[in-house]
Amino acid sequence: MDLRDTPEEAAFRAELRAWLGDNLPDGLQGHRGGATRFDGPEMRAWSRALYEAGYVGLTWPEEYGGGGAPYTHQAIFLEELARAEAPPHIGVIGIGMAGPTIIAHGTEEQKARYLAPLLSADEIWCQGFSEPGAGSDLAGVRTSARLDDGHFVVSGQKVWSSFAHLADFCILLTRSDPESTRHAGLTYLIVDMHAPGVDVRPLRQITGEAEFNEIFFSDVRVPVENLLGEIGGGWQVAMTTLLHERGTLGFALQAALEVQIRKLVALARDRGADPLQRDRIAREWIEMQAVRYTNYRSLSALMNTGLPGPEGSISKLVWSEANQRVTKLALEILGPDAALGEENAPYGGYWQYQQLRSRGNTIEAGTSEVLRNIVAERVLGLPYSR
Amino acid sequence: MDFTFTPEQEALREQARAFLAASPEPTWAQLAELGWTGVSIAEEDGGAGLSFIEEAVLFEELGRALYCGPYFATIGLTLPALPSEDRAAVAAGEASWTLAFGPLVPDLDSAEHVAIVGGDGIYELEGGEREILATTDESRRLGVVRGGEPGRRLADSGVLEEIEARSQTALALEACGVARLALEDALEYASSREQFGKKIGVYQAVSHPLADAYTRVELSRSLALWAAWCVATGDPQASIAAAAAKSYAGESAVLVCETAIQSLGGIGFTWEHRLHRLYKRALGIESFGASGTRLRSFISGSLIDTQPPVDVPGAMTVTAQGG
Repeated sequence: MDLRDTPEEAAFRAELRAWLGDNLPDGLQGHRGGATRFDGPEMRAWSRALYEAGYVGLTWPEEYGGGGAPYTHQAIFLEELARAEAPPHIGVIGIGMAGPTIIAHGTEEQKARYLAPLLSADEIWCQGFSEPGAGSDLAGVRTSARLDDGHFVVSGQKVWSSFAHLADFCILLTRSDPESTRHAGLTYLIVDMHAPGVDVRPLRQITGEAEFNEIFFSDVRVPVENLLGEIGGGWQVAMTTLLHERGTLGFALQAALEVQIRKLVALARDRGADPLQRDRIAREWIEMQAVRYTNYRSLSALMNTGLPGPEGSISKLVWSEANQRVTKLALEILGPDAALGEENAPYGGYWQYQQLRSRGNTIEAGTSEVLRNIVAERVLGLPYSR
Repeated sequence: MDFTFTPEQEALREQARAFLAASPEPTWAQLAELGWTGVSIAEEDGGAGLSFIEEAVLFEELGRALYCGPYFATIGLTLPALPSEDRAAVAAGEASWTLAFGPLVPDLDSAEHVAIVGGDGIYELEGGEREILATTDESRRLGVVRGGEPGRRLADSGVLEEIEARSQTALALEACGVARLALEDALEYASSREQFGKKIGVYQAVSHPLADAYTRVELSRSLALWAAWCVATGDPQASIAAAAAKSYAGESAVLVCETAIQSLGGIGFTWEHRLHRLYKRALGIESFGASGTRLRSFISGSLIDTQPPVDVPGAMTVTAQGG
């Protein structure tokens, strides 16, 4: 057991920190999140700079344009990015979900076609899984894909799709067998978002921004070579995607929480905090440290055995609820000023925005209810509830 | 960065669990024979020359077994104050100690020698009378010392900071062992007990609190092992890590035991089931020494009022950075 960086990890961290110091544009630092903030040439340029410096796809195999680095480097990268308050690469869905799924299930042609432009931010991806009738219960997917003359003809509606308004491609879960139910008869496709019949409509959320979208597919023709995995084997492919969604994400979340708590401490210094509020600040700091070392434990297991430790499954659950408490505590410390909005709010409305946005944390990427089921059933071995 | 135990440390855990299952009330001589009393004591003093990490493994297992004896008082509390020859006696199983740090002295019924804090030093108590008090947790007795004189000087009081970090971490580790066993009892029950025609673990009203209990157990363990590593390596974060670990793991062990008792229903509330003994140890750990509130007050003070060494970018390399 040695919790320090190895000399090699320390060198990587130092080099990365220096690079961020030199290359992160002032205008992008401390961005408050939200996909609308990703619009514009600055974000594309930033993403490309990360790519050219070799920081994108760090753990991917070198043959697919990755860095072939150990997972510890990815963890350090996510920590340092969050600490520098640098925005992530614009292609988070592609890098975190579509890319690993293509590496696991794609043909050599698909890997050659899609992976490089995904890393360089030349092509942006979105995810088409959830539907109005299939949220946590993803097996209820109804968007249809009918085979017709070398094409799938896709019709249906997807929802909560981040980046769809910017995306060039969508990883889409469809039902190819109309007679099938549940997990059978699903097919996983790569869909060109510029194809005729694709209609993206933004969904405005409680912050007032539109980070995610609805996507309507009306007889969209998708070539059969865009099939990922087998016809009818879409569920297994989708599980690969979700596994990666919750993979090293924990490090980014922990680091973001650390930044949030650092800001909370600064707020307490600035505005003063009563003893009860100070106690709660200490609680949040303690739990943030606990998430950090839980991530390290899980990562060490991954490095030593090839499988992440079971304790890693709790990071997102703990982070989401912590971020909600931290942001609400900040509003409490702001007192009556917490009611002010936009340009009238202290600190540019940072905390008001963060608190509202945090309500999505326990819903997106697996609701807390679903995550507790996963812990109960798959980690603790309790009987399945369904 | 490597947060795993070595094969030797894992073997020690297995040995400890098997031994304590077979001998739930081991003598001090038995623990010495196993080498447990000299784990971190230098080889020239007859110890194994290992570290607090190995002792951490033992504290977790001793907590789980609700061990009753002077191991915590000697190794978790007093050891940093002991001179070389006294350490040799501890390693050999010829001496055990406790430290009167506060008015209520732990393991006073079983520890052979008593150290007291006076002025700028720590001394061996000479004379005086011990009164063993009734305690809710029967597996760890507290007592008071009346009268007596400071005798032989053992150490400078500067060692108290180390003693505080070490003892808080040891208790956090014990709490992890206690909470883990309570959770295992609850999981076993929820997986076998049937009501309304189904195993009760099917019901999310039962399973979700258990998922939360698991979360508490793992977060506690992460903090306790972080603190143990800091103590073992003399890391400057040891004090704050130990405070974080004790406050979180102590509170969590209590909550996890409460969830377990609730999961077992009437059975969990009986004297016959061991859950109440785990629960009482958890409550004892939480109340011993500094309370969670006081520890968090120390933490918030160093976060908010000072430019702290804890507000760390740099993950494992400690650098001071303001908020």
